[in-house]
Amino acid sequence: MICLGIEGTAHSIGVGLVKEKNNSCIVLSNEIKIYKPEKGGIHPREAANHHATYIADLISDSIKKSGIDKSQVDLVSFSKGPGLGPCLRTAATAARALSLSINKPIIGVNHCVAHLEIGRGTLKDCIDPVLLYTSGANTQVIGFAEGRYRVFGETLDVGIGNCLDKFGRIANLSFPCGPKIEQLALNATKYLDLPYSIKGMDIAFSGLLTAAETLYKKGEKLEDICFSLQETAFAALTEITERAMAHTEKKQVLLGGGVAANKRLRDMVDTMAKERDATFFVPEKSLCVDNGAMIAWLGVLMYNSGVRMKVENSFINQRFRADMVDVTWRD
Amino acid sequence: MTDKTILYKGAEAEIVVSKYLGFDVVLKKRVVKGYRLAKINDMLISSRTREEAKLISEARQSGVCVPIIYDVDLQKGVITMSYIKGKRVKDILNDISEDERKKLCIKIGQSIGNLHKNDIIHGDITTSNIILLDDMVYFIDFGLGEKSSEIEAKGVDLHVLTEAIESTHSKYSNCFEYVLEGYRKTNGKEAKKIILKIDEIVRRGRYR
Repeated sequence: MICLGIEGTAHSIGVGLVKEKNNSCIVLSNEIKIYKPEKGGIHPREAANHHATYIADLISDSIKKSGIDKSQVDLVSFSKGPGLGPCLRTAATAARALSLSINKPIIGVNHCVAHLEIGRGTLKDCIDPVLLYTSGANTQVIGFAEGRYRVFGETLDVGIGNCLDKFGRIANLSFPCGPKIEQLALNATKYLDLPYSIKGMDIAFSGLLTAAETLYKKGEKLEDICFSLQETAFAALTEITERAMAHTEKKQVLLGGGVAANKRLRDMVDTMAKERDATFFVPEKSLCVDNGAMIAWLGVLMYNSGVRMKVENSFINQRFRADMVDVTWRD
Repeated sequence: MTDKTILYKGAEAEIVVSKYLGFDVVLKKRVVKGYRLAKINDMLISSRTREEAKLISEARQSGVCVPIIYDVDLQKGVITMSYIKGKRVKDILNDISEDERKKLCIKIGQSIGNLHKNDIIHGDITTSNIILLDDMVYFIDFGLGEKSSEIEAKGVDLHVLTEAIESTHSKYSNCFEYVLEGYRKTNGKEAKKIILKIDEIVRRGRYR
């Protein structure tokens, strides 16, 4: 089965094609366009306009790069949520139009679950991981338990990417600020005390952000603040992930989301896994960030397990949580 | 101290079974995490050890069943305390009768109410951290606890338990109602405000 997936939850619009072979996922193509605001954060309407501008060409490009013919596509899937309404609607509209024009079924999937499934689908031996999903808006620790993907821990305020971006904006860095903060942190000379806030398996960043802002206004070296911000936030993220692993007695950990590109975060989670004899997994970068291939792959899993959706029922859901998904493809 | 066998390896500490002055004890030893800066490790290990020992002894004074503390070593991050040889609620909650489940949850609620009445926030109320022994519920692992009189802190404390029940005991999500029933008995004065707060916390969560 070949599926074309359209991702459009936030600042990225992506189209990916995947093929299922012996229960694993082969990515045929995975094209992406990212909306970058001139200043400030994502403006939902502007982002949606950006997606509408590029989606038709992206679909053609992605099909072309996959080396198959449009007629060989068996299924069209799209990101049903969670995300920004205007962006989700743009991606869903494109998916509906494509599904009707090539006369193939459509399916809407959960974006967060897709981040986890693409790891299981493309990485050998990645079978039952705890996912640390870190992106701009999302920061969640997700694992499979009692027939569902459960959110064991999550941010109580903003996502980690958002926290980094907010600090970056205060320090006049351009969006996305994560990679710049990572670079600056490499030249730090000392660690500055910052609040470390976890509650059970949940986490909070707002106090950390305020404290970092205060340090910046006091004139502390930007490099040191970036370093301290990363060390504190990532250690707390690693700790809640380890707590979820201890709680669920799982021996695998998977990273997903845009912030998973950060080398320091990867190293920390890798070290944590080694210390507890667990295995660390991270998909290649193009499959970590928001992308169409992961949406396509979850579409395949759901369709093959009997889930069906009619075009007239292909709604989006801005608040579509991972734990709302009926997992029909796993025991 | 002799016979060091690891009973449990948690996320932040090892629980080692041992003997202390002839008593059966466990040592809770906080371990240095390789992924964390030394400065963060030191800060977390000593502050959490100190805070935990303090909270356990205060919880005891509030009439809540907790281990007896024999010794605290801040430098090494070790608390020596009595060994509660009971069953984790996590392991039995799904297998007991509805009647027993109701009674157990009411007891849990009463104990949490007692903690909160005395401004003790446990910080990690999951069913793995509650042990049933001789019909009494013992609370262990105050490692993420704090003292606070804020409604917000108490609400978050209870909310952690709802998440644990939903994720690990999803078939028995009515358990939390029973917990609240017990909670109202011991912390009736604040209960209404705190329960309203839980709704607010849930709604404030991402995508609810």
